[in-house]
Amino acid sequence: MFAPITHILPITSIRRERVLPIPGKVIVRSGQKVNATDIIAEANLRPEYILLDIARGLGVSADRSDKYLISQAGDQVAQGDMVAGPVGLARRVVRSPRDGKVVLAGGGQILIEAASKPFQLKAGISGEVVELVADHGAIVETTGALIHGVWGNGQVDFGVMTVQAKSPDQALTPNQLDVSLRGSVVLGAYCEDPEVLKTAEDLPLRGLILASMSSVLVPAAMKMQLPVLLIEGFGRRPMNPVAFKLLTTNDRRDVAINAEVWDRFSSARPEVVIPLPAPGSVSLPKEAGVFSPDQQVRVTGAPFTGRVGIITNMKGIIVFQNGLRAQSAEVRLENGEKAILPLANLEVLA
Amino acid sequence: MATSLVDAGSLLVVDVGSVSTRAVLFDVVAGRFRFLASGSAPTTAGAPYHNVSEGVRLALDRLQNVVGRRLIGADEQLIIPSASDGSGVDKFAATISAGTPLKVVAVGLLEDVSLESARRLAMTTYSRVVQSISLNDRRRQDARINTLIRLRPDLVLVAGGTDNGASQSVLKLLEPVGLACYLLPEHYRPDVLFVGNKALREEVKSSLRGLTTLHFAPNIRPTLEFERLDTAQSQVARVFNSIRSRQIPGVEELDVWSNGKLLPTSSAFGRVVRFDSKLHSNKKGVLGVDVGASATTIAAAFDGDLTLGVYPQYGLGYGSTEPVEDTSLEEISRWLVVEVPNEYVREYLANKACYPSALPVTAEDMAIEQALARVVMQNAVRQAAKGFPAQASSPGEGLLPWVEPILATGSVLTQAPSLAQSALMLLDGLQPVGVTTLVLDQNHIASALGAAAAANPLLVVQILDSNSFLYLGTAITPVGNARPGTPVLRLKLTYEGSQESSVEVKQGSLQVLALPQGQKARLQLWPLHGYDVGMGASGRGGSFPVTGGALGIIIDARGRPLALPADTAKRRELFKKWLAALGGL
Repeated sequence: MFAPITHILPITSIRRERVLPIPGKVIVRSGQKVNATDIIAEANLRPEYILLDIARGLGVSADRSDKYLISQAGDQVAQGDMVAGPVGLARRVVRSPRDGKVVLAGGGQILIEAASKPFQLKAGISGEVVELVADHGAIVETTGALIHGVWGNGQVDFGVMTVQAKSPDQALTPNQLDVSLRGSVVLGAYCEDPEVLKTAEDLPLRGLILASMSSVLVPAAMKMQLPVLLIEGFGRRPMNPVAFKLLTTNDRRDVAINAEVWDRFSSARPEVVIPLPAPGSVSLPKEAGVFSPDQQVRVTGAPFTGRVGIITNMKGIIVFQNGLRAQSAEVRLENGEKAILPLANLEVLA
Repeated sequence: MATSLVDAGSLLVVDVGSVSTRAVLFDVVAGRFRFLASGSAPTTAGAPYHNVSEGVRLALDRLQNVVGRRLIGADEQLIIPSASDGSGVDKFAATISAGTPLKVVAVGLLEDVSLESARRLAMTTYSRVVQSISLNDRRRQDARINTLIRLRPDLVLVAGGTDNGASQSVLKLLEPVGLACYLLPEHYRPDVLFVGNKALREEVKSSLRGLTTLHFAPNIRPTLEFERLDTAQSQVARVFNSIRSRQIPGVEELDVWSNGKLLPTSSAFGRVVRFDSKLHSNKKGVLGVDVGASATTIAAAFDGDLTLGVYPQYGLGYGSTEPVEDTSLEEISRWLVVEVPNEYVREYLANKACYPSALPVTAEDMAIEQALARVVMQNAVRQAAKGFPAQASSPGEGLLPWVEPILATGSVLTQAPSLAQSALMLLDGLQPVGVTTLVLDQNHIASALGAAAAANPLLVVQILDSNSFLYLGTAITPVGNARPGTPVLRLKLTYEGSQESSVEVKQGSLQVLALPQGQKARLQLWPLHGYDVGMGASGRGGSFPVTGGALGIIIDARGRPLALPADTAKRRELFKKWLAALGGL
């Protein structure tokens, strides 16, 4: 059976294609070193248009109004610029309500694309631009530790990580976020207090990496400007020991958080990257595979949520105590305990 | 025209669901079509494969292993038609429900006339209406353009104008659509399906020509009073396929394999329900419910007239990580058969969005899944009922119309730990009335039959008539008003060989009369206190033949609508009692 793969790797090669969905302007050049928050490319993803009814504004018919047009398609206009007129003794005119560019003009109407701040696509990881994707973006490559998350609030940033989690499920409190942490990325375990998010924003922090969070906090987290990334999910889910060890042993190092929303239909997945020099060449991580014995797996459902173990046996279809029938495997958990679990509740750590 | 078995031969149907891809094989055995076997694999529409073909091939591999027949040739192509060595298949059909729901903008003249019909039409496939534009909305044209550009819909459904009726106002509503298409990058332009005043087709063509892919279907509101969705529904299905083929690699290949007849799974499911309704042609309707990961589908056919509703908001997987509202949480929690804190339920539902294919291993998780299934069925059927035709009569407002059978599919129902749990979920979720039969699509072949229906109706008839579906039993639900404990129905079951069994049914009870699977008997009903069992009038009884199902004959006198005790402990006690009454755990 195909196995979903989650990366929790101490050192790997990381290659990310960062591209705009529509053509835009690529800011970086090949070979350039970038930080996670550097802009790769920009484009006006959601332009705002203003339709001006010239005929009505001038008080003439649509056919007649065209001969009073001053601005034509392609012209740049500033707020208050006259775009049509004057007409009659009253010298009626139509002015542009905003700065922008005329897109269409004729038939008694003018359509203006209002000037607005373009969407800026960030690098997401710190590394080197190894390839440009014409008019769309670039491919950034680095080496380092890679930890996949399961949820993110859509923000990207980087900074020095400070470990505030003393154990994999310790609740993070606002008191743990003092002013000395301003500008840093904080590693916590569990968050259920909205004050934690507020304090993180007030300081501000550069990012928050958590094992888990109460889902009640999702709306607040989605409004935050700093990235919030969950490694395990919602409710009090302890951080799996592999991720906990990897992150806590990298205390005080630079980390990049790309807390993009996990989208199974694209390759987007929230992740933490800790740039580290590679001893020699390291290969790209495996992205696909099938379940087999000796694989390290993480459990994604009760009763062993977040636990890590090794597949010891593929068991075929098993009937569980609650009557569920599912393709399963025997897993030896990290404390030596053996459990039979549905493959659907496992993901391979690789 | 009759289908020749020899001409038709074997049929392979592949269904690409949002979690699993299934391959189902039918063939002629001893002169009749039979369901032979199925193979399934995880769907590979998303990362890291980004191509449904991987999942399809693995499902076919598994099917090959089960039936010992080679289906894929050395060239990695499907062997079609079948070869003299027995490899391959004669026909192929495919259905798909994978992918995010299409984003639809509905455009219509009047809010509660053409716009409402456009929304209903959108709901016949996997879509979400993300915005509506009508004469009633007071937004400026540029606001409408900006909305369309911001939302980037996959499809704009334009209705409005009775045939040879309004024209200028419809064309005016199309202006922002045309401008938005002009302004959007080419690959973001929505398909446009025009289902309005047929006299406007040429003008619509000329105003949108070259800007986007334009489709037409007959007017869904040819008159103010009359709504006609059937033909447009087929066109929506075709547009869905065309969009999916562009969005998900491998879908186009499936469409080619199926001779351009790939269907949305919901449309295929609707077809088999309509087919069954035509086949039985009784005064009742036929109801189908598919509780899937990506959506819950309700298909109801009354005298061949199909109402199809696809509700992605009621899918069991791919939910939202947004916290569940307290009211929804209460709604789910009141159906929990074991104690689970509300907080746990909330987090469980949020985690489903992260791990949509995770399975419930513990009693608590299973209880949440089954409670959720009840709630999504209730909500989906309530939504679908708004579109039921006038001939769909029911014994009271807000109650399900008389239907028989009820065909149920979806893993939560078909893979439930016990058949009693499956039956109870259906009774609680759908709350059928009168006499009906509960049929479980345990092999997940209903939509496959729908995909085959047009090309091979005989196959559908013979499979529906075979034991490929699991008959849970006949359910009798008397409807009326009486205090709990009041006798509301007397019934007599006369077995073959004249042995009899009589029962007096009291309001509030749920019980089972034993009738072994497949055994025939005659059932006589005498409703009391003016209770209605769907025999033509309140208080009227009658007799009819019945066939035993897996659970026997279920008599559900718990009341309609079903009222649950407010006290949690009493409620859970009752759940246990009901499950025990059906012989389950």
